[in-house]
Amino acid sequence: MRFAEAWRVAIDALRANRLRSTLTMLGVIIGVAAVVVLVAIGTGTKQQIEQQVEGLGSNLLIVLPGQVSLGSAPSVSRMDLSDVDAVSKIVGDRNRVAVTVASGETVAAGNVDTFATINGVIETTPQVFVRSLARGTYLSRSDVDTSRRVAVLGWRVAKTLFGERDAVGQQITIAGVRFRVIGVFAQLGQSLGVDRDNEVHVPITTAQRLLGTNRVDGIAIKAPNREEINDLSARIIAELGRRHPGTEFSAVTQEQILGVLGDILGVLTGVLAAIAGISLLVGGVGVSNIMLVSVRERTKEIGLRKAVGARPRDIGVQFLLEAVLLTTLGGFIGMGLGIGAALVVAALSPVPAAITWWSLALAFGVSAAVGIIFGVVPAQRAGRLDPVVALRTE
Amino acid sequence: MTAALLARDVTREYALDGVTVPALRGVSFTVDAGDYVAIIGPSGSGKSTLMHLLGGLDRPTTGTLEIGGRDVSGLDPQDLAKLRNETIGFVFQSFHLLARTSAVDNVALPLVYRGMRASERRRRAAAMLERVGLGHRLDHRPNQLSGGEQQRVAIARALVTDPQVLLADEPTGNLDTRNGQAVLALLEALNGEQGVALVVVTHDNEVADRAHRKIVMRDGEIVPAS
Repeated sequence: MRFAEAWRVAIDALRANRLRSTLTMLGVIIGVAAVVVLVAIGTGTKQQIEQQVEGLGSNLLIVLPGQVSLGSAPSVSRMDLSDVDAVSKIVGDRNRVAVTVASGETVAAGNVDTFATINGVIETTPQVFVRSLARGTYLSRSDVDTSRRVAVLGWRVAKTLFGERDAVGQQITIAGVRFRVIGVFAQLGQSLGVDRDNEVHVPITTAQRLLGTNRVDGIAIKAPNREEINDLSARIIAELGRRHPGTEFSAVTQEQILGVLGDILGVLTGVLAAIAGISLLVGGVGVSNIMLVSVRERTKEIGLRKAVGARPRDIGVQFLLEAVLLTTLGGFIGMGLGIGAALVVAALSPVPAAITWWSLALAFGVSAAVGIIFGVVPAQRAGRLDPVVALRTE
Repeated sequence: MTAALLARDVTREYALDGVTVPALRGVSFTVDAGDYVAIIGPSGSGKSTLMHLLGGLDRPTTGTLEIGGRDVSGLDPQDLAKLRNETIGFVFQSFHLLARTSAVDNVALPLVYRGMRASERRRRAAAMLERVGLGHRLDHRPNQLSGGEQQRVAIARALVTDPQVLLADEPTGNLDTRNGQAVLALLEALNGEQGVALVVVTHDNEVADRAHRKIVMRDGEIVPAS
């Protein structure tokens, strides 16, 4: 029997039982749609986090005291501003080095107050990280050198304290000390769960005096290019180790952060896809079940086809194609539904979703495979039917 | 010249719940090309079993059975299917037409399993329907045809492959007398014109008497015609 003919017969058979075919397909449709949506959400989340990490700036190296691993509490820093100068010397460009000492403090303007992260920084921050101002100016070198009480507010801090009014030029207090607002950051959103619009940048010298410390929490270096990151990292850690014997320092790159996060999210996406895969499997069992019913119902037809010369293989192929047609058609519809649902989720909820071609290819491939796997047994049963018995069936 | 059908000491036993039941106890006869034979006997006489064997739907337990000159004992299900397709045409009591399929596609069905192109299949099937007087009903479905017409579609399907033997199992059983006569007349005409051997299985003496030769079955054996 020609293949095209077998397809025609399979399509006819499915059309003969439209409601049943649709209900059988529903299992596969739901399974495939679930795989597509969940993989899209997993992938979207991963992409969003990658964007956030990359959005910090490019070729970044972050130096922290202590052993750094994701989730561990940071050690108390023993670095100070002289270490920053030493690192700047290694890098050879002060503009490529940023620094921070951070603390949570109450920020107030008039009778409104809010709790914000105070970052003591130097004027190079916008050159190292991606930060842009909505209004005013950023800190200058002389602000840092002379410990001026000036502040640049994060978008949310400015909005909380001043609403729609222009914050630039206004007075605020940080932990009770008066500061003048010289700039407001553009809105940035979250990075790795940290609200970056809830920051206030002040000169590090001012911050250290405010906090009664001379420590520096972390140093960030923007390498000139990707190739130099590792070399730079080794030289900086060696230098800091020499300056602070007995203290360990570590440097993490964006790639390392992405690597760890990517692994976690990869596993998560895999687990989600596997759970959705189970529903696809259940759909496959449904297909198998219905195909067995179909073989039984059409025993007479099978007998007749055999009598006029159909070989066992011809009958087997006919029923196998029917099962594959059911699941691939269901797969296509499920893909469409899954894409639609993913787009709706991405548009209407904060959960990101990204459709990837491989998840579509996988879902389609699996649904076709399900058709073959779960169609084989009914097809073999049909092919092996004894024509004498089949013809006698009424 | 080889016989269209040749049976020599053919037996067929069935195993039912571990008990061996003989359905045929050693049957020998030949049907020559163009012959017209009736196999007659009461139900349980083994005539249906014999028909299944003669049609290549089943193989004998012992003995030799040749269909179109080929011994079926060594044939596997694939070969048997090919042999049926090329050598045998079946006509059943209950027509066995595919319900959702037009007359012309029903007739063309055996040609599907020859891998023939659709246009050629349709041409041959239409010509065959024309021959059985249904040239005006090509695209009707079985439920739009009378019983007599349905059986004529089935006859056209049996003959479209140009077989050596036409096996008709109670071809008039589901028809009224007039339509039954017409179907028999058509089968006999085709037997005469195309030289296809005609074997009619029946329990009806009136039908059997029209054949050139009668094979009378009783309890799995051929008994002399009374």
